[in-house]
Amino acid sequence: MAIAIPAIYRTTVGKKAVMAVTGAVLVLYLIAHMIGNLKIFFGAEDFNHYAHWLRTIGEPAVPHRTVLTLIEVVLAASVVLHMWSAVSLARRASAARPVKYQAKRKSHAQGYATHTMRYGGVIILLFVIWHLLDLTFLVVNPKDSGATPYERMVADFAPERWYITLWYVLAVIMVGLHLRHGIWSAFQTLGLRTSRGDGPLRALATAVAAVVTVGFLAVPLSITFGWVS
Amino acid sequence: MKVTLRIWRQKGPEDKGGMVEYQLDDISPDASFLEMLDVLNEQLIQKGEEPVAFDHDCREGICGMCSLVINGTPHGPERNTTTCQLHMRKFKDGEVIDVEPWRAKAFPVVKDLVVDRSAFDRIIAAGGYITAPTGTAPEAHSVPVPKPDADKAFEAAECIGCGACVAACPNGSASLFLGAKITHLGLLPQGQPERWDRVVNMLEAHDAEGFGGCTNTGECTVACPKGIPLDVIGRLNHDYLKATAGGKKK
Repeated sequence: MAIAIPAIYRTTVGKKAVMAVTGAVLVLYLIAHMIGNLKIFFGAEDFNHYAHWLRTIGEPAVPHRTVLTLIEVVLAASVVLHMWSAVSLARRASAARPVKYQAKRKSHAQGYATHTMRYGGVIILLFVIWHLLDLTFLVVNPKDSGATPYERMVADFAPERWYITLWYVLAVIMVGLHLRHGIWSAFQTLGLRTSRGDGPLRALATAVAAVVTVGFLAVPLSITFGWVS
Repeated sequence: MKVTLRIWRQKGPEDKGGMVEYQLDDISPDASFLEMLDVLNEQLIQKGEEPVAFDHDCREGICGMCSLVINGTPHGPERNTTTCQLHMRKFKDGEVIDVEPWRAKAFPVVKDLVVDRSAFDRIIAAGGYITAPTGTAPEAHSVPVPKPDADKAFEAAECIGCGACVAACPNGSASLFLGAKITHLGLLPQGQPERWDRVVNMLEAHDAEGFGGCTNTGECTVACPKGIPLDVIGRLNHDYLKATAGGKKK
């Protein structure tokens, strides 16, 4: 394995750079995904049309579903590389301190989000698997492929399935926390953060995390509370 | 004042070690933390016990020899202060104080609270220098340095190499130390010839010593007795990526 990895990616900084770049890809995708979701507020026709359009982007220049498949490949590669960096650095970190402190380690820096990155990442991974089984492969969705995307969404977050909504809410909040630290951290990792730009950068990270969280929460909560049906 | 100390005692590198409790009854609030340990050691010697081994040298906060994780915080509760400059008045009368060595694979315990920090020396040896003819050092003022660069380089050069950043880091990373050296030398004209080799070689040496990677938690800069800012790690990252991915290193 190590032979196939160029020297730069074997260093701690190189691995973190991989995490930053793949994280940036995933954040941009999340923003696009969130905007797409919000089309549900324009009604069933708009939403279903949007879902259909995703599969026809680039036609007739490229065959059906080409662009969407490319996006999926890039996303899958980003997720795998992001996790590889995270696991590799986490293992290294645990090896770097074989004897733990006796006193309770006090955290003096940053906020809550920083401490959620590793376990939060695992929760997000489990959520993404569930989410794909739910609304992509329709394994755990109450509807089958005969239903429209809109019908599947409404059935999924129906009031009597409140526990599904709750699971989505928890996962989306985890994603929000992940972005709050992750966006700021990516700039620092790529050497793009300056001391003067730190305040605006933190504000940007908070704003993007908040917008993404609220945008993703709006759809399942609106369905569960009956504002969209 | 009275304090209860719980100190890490370890006879040698191979010993398992453990926390041992000591009572001190008459400590001046104006004593420094190390003077308090001196008092403890005098009492231990009088009782015929082995004194607690700990590192110290200048006791002026500038040499980087003193260490100690005090109640879970490197160099204790006071910000921007080394253990030797920390005073007992910062503690409550009757307080229980945990005293432990720096914990890192790359900093093995030699005895009690003393750890071997020569991993830092090996990182420095990998590139923390400039090439200059010895004996005929040019007049320093003959090389102009822009004032903002000089200030930032000086800020980084304040690093005393104590290792508190490693002790505080949840990943056991020495990135703040490394970043300080990269920033200090990389910002000055004298450091330019080796700039791109330095960052690659020193980072590889850092990783080879078994330090962890930086995950930008920011614990290091808070623990640093010299307040070295996180900017130095940003600069380390920037220079490393430019040297490798950017092709600057020949």
